[in-house]
Amino acid sequence: MHLRFAMIACLFAAPLSAEEIWVTNEKDDTVSVIDVASLEVIRTIATGERPRGITFSHDYSRVYICASDSDTVQVMDPNTGEILHDLPSGEDPEQFVLHPDDRHLYIANEDDAITTVVDVVERRVVAQIDVGIEPEGMAVSPDGKIAITTSETTNMAHWIDTETQSLFANTLVDSRPRHAEFTKEGTELWVSAEIGGTVSVFSVSDQAELAKMSFAITGIHEDRIQPVGFEFTEDEKTAFVALGPANHLAVVNAQTYEVEDYILVGRRVWHMAFNSDKSLLFTTNGVSGDVTVVDVAKRKAIKTIKVGRFPWGAALRP
Amino acid sequence: MRLRLRIWLVLLAGLVQFGAPPQAVAQTSAKEGLHLAVTYLSARPAPPPTLSNLDPVPEDLGRAGAELARADNATTGRFLNHHYALETVTVSPENGVEAARSALAMSPYLIIDAAPDLLLQIADLPEAKGAMLFNVGAPDPALRSAQCRSNLLHTAASYAMRADALSQFLASKRWGKTALIAGPAPQDQAFAAAIAASLAKFGLRAGKRADWSADADMRRTASQEVPLFTQALGDHDVLIVADEANDFARYVVYNTWLARPVAGSVGLRPAAWGRVVEQWGAAQLQSRFRDLAGRDMQPRDYAAWAAMRSLGEAMTRVNSAEIETLRAYILSDTFELAGFKGRPLSYRAWNGQLRQPIPLLHDDAVVANAPLDGFLHQNNELDSLGLDRPESACTAFEGE
Repeated sequence: MHLRFAMIACLFAAPLSAEEIWVTNEKDDTVSVIDVASLEVIRTIATGERPRGITFSHDYSRVYICASDSDTVQVMDPNTGEILHDLPSGEDPEQFVLHPDDRHLYIANEDDAITTVVDVVERRVVAQIDVGIEPEGMAVSPDGKIAITTSETTNMAHWIDTETQSLFANTLVDSRPRHAEFTKEGTELWVSAEIGGTVSVFSVSDQAELAKMSFAITGIHEDRIQPVGFEFTEDEKTAFVALGPANHLAVVNAQTYEVEDYILVGRRVWHMAFNSDKSLLFTTNGVSGDVTVVDVAKRKAIKTIKVGRFPWGAALRP
Repeated sequence: MRLRLRIWLVLLAGLVQFGAPPQAVAQTSAKEGLHLAVTYLSARPAPPPTLSNLDPVPEDLGRAGAELARADNATTGRFLNHHYALETVTVSPENGVEAARSALAMSPYLIIDAAPDLLLQIADLPEAKGAMLFNVGAPDPALRSAQCRSNLLHTAASYAMRADALSQFLASKRWGKTALIAGPAPQDQAFAAAIAASLAKFGLRAGKRADWSADADMRRTASQEVPLFTQALGDHDVLIVADEANDFARYVVYNTWLARPVAGSVGLRPAAWGRVVEQWGAAQLQSRFRDLAGRDMQPRDYAAWAAMRSLGEAMTRVNSAEIETLRAYILSDTFELAGFKGRPLSYRAWNGQLRQPIPLLHDDAVVANAPLDGFLHQNNELDSLGLDRPESACTAFEGE
């Protein structure tokens, strides 16, 4: 009896104190939870079919998971791993972003050429916005006024006015745009193009292109260098860009837009998440089914952690 | 460092902003903007009779791919005020020239599914001078070599590309000794010839060859006929079968004298596309196609899709519907088509062939993707498949 009580106490206590990285496994229909202190997988939780995008509510009491082939966004209690309810998401939700109001999810419906806006409190669809074919990359500006969808086959960044939930600009980018992020207090938008092999930087005020980065790694053909996910360090001076089947991260100087370094990671690296103080970076490696842990200061891979099949998204739970 | 269309993109970034949602734009300015009209001409000979009735040739084979690409183009076009029309014409081969003539009177963009001789007749029409024709159905290497035409591009993979993909796989597996069975149809003989040339190119040993002549009904007697037929082929690592209509090849698998894998037109197939291709976002293309056509996407559908998408991609990037501008861009180093095969697709400037990876697949999965690791090329690894510049006798594209 005492023992059981102690175990239950542990169950509840552990997640509160320890930092975790949550990784969706696209072909295993699970989430792997990595303990940042021990760099081990401590939990594996079942999800809906083909989980991809993953993000936490601002107070970390909820985790949202795109269960693409179940055509839903699942809302999970991160303590228990229990699915609390599903959100209406439109068909085939792949990736999403939570608005700074902590209430609206902007969801890319990959099979439907639609961005769906869902109110997570009332659990209803607020708006559906026609965008290009295969929407995927999602971002929202820090002030919450602009949401971005990138469409992979239309090759555009679509600029959504979150007030009216309608498009106010469409910017052409290189082939197969995959990921978008605002940076520098929302003045810049970065977009990666997988087949184009580039990352473009746009000025948010007038959507003009400020810069375009391309990558070169000795011994790897340029066609295999396919930028996908990327993240910025705390000071926003450095960006880490996943290069897909090139199996490397690029380290980019976000001031000069120059590539400073390349870090070898696992195979077909997709997305990534930092720990709380951004000293460690965790990359999902789709083909090798593992997560590479990178020491941010040393710019070195320090450990590989086996997770489920085809890990895709990653999110920090502090 | 890649060449990039930075200037164009900056220009376009300025051009494509709207103050209103796309529906409103379409209503107010449908008459303005750019328009591109394309004709899909199917003048394919009737499929040959085959022993099995399991796999009928879909009536909309090829055409459905062009229709999907039109819809894909139109979705992008909605944001740019670009409009795409696709007219489809289906005729018997003897009426092909006439149909092409009337199509070319309306628009210089023509996607054609026809046999090589008809393709050349159409390409040589006075009306076709300065036009852009896309070959989606004829894999013959001659069309990419001595018989090439500067107004004829090829999105269909050639026999040589498929044969080279297979050879790379055999070389990487060290299945160096092959035997070959070729069917009697001209297509079978042409594929067999491409395989023989490719084996030599990759230093593999072409063993014995047998030409299929049995006229038995294989559905009843394959287990008796095929072991005897293949016994004469001697020892080999892999048996290659060239039977493009899959007339007898399906009865060879598991009926061979020796326990050997079968490849070519059956078994392990080098193919430009197949329903089992799902990586690199292909699952989305497959599901869009199934929604549209109610069946799986085949190589000819993929070739037609790539042709129509090439035009759309070019019009999107250069913001023009002028044929000279589109053609120059499509044949330039900067053109890149995202074709759901993991690498950007582009056209060979020396013969108008679309470079593309060739998956090696069987009915249930992709086994490998050519070019395979280790098959390098000084310019583009995709040029390790098919006729590279020194191998092609095509001169029609020179001086451009």
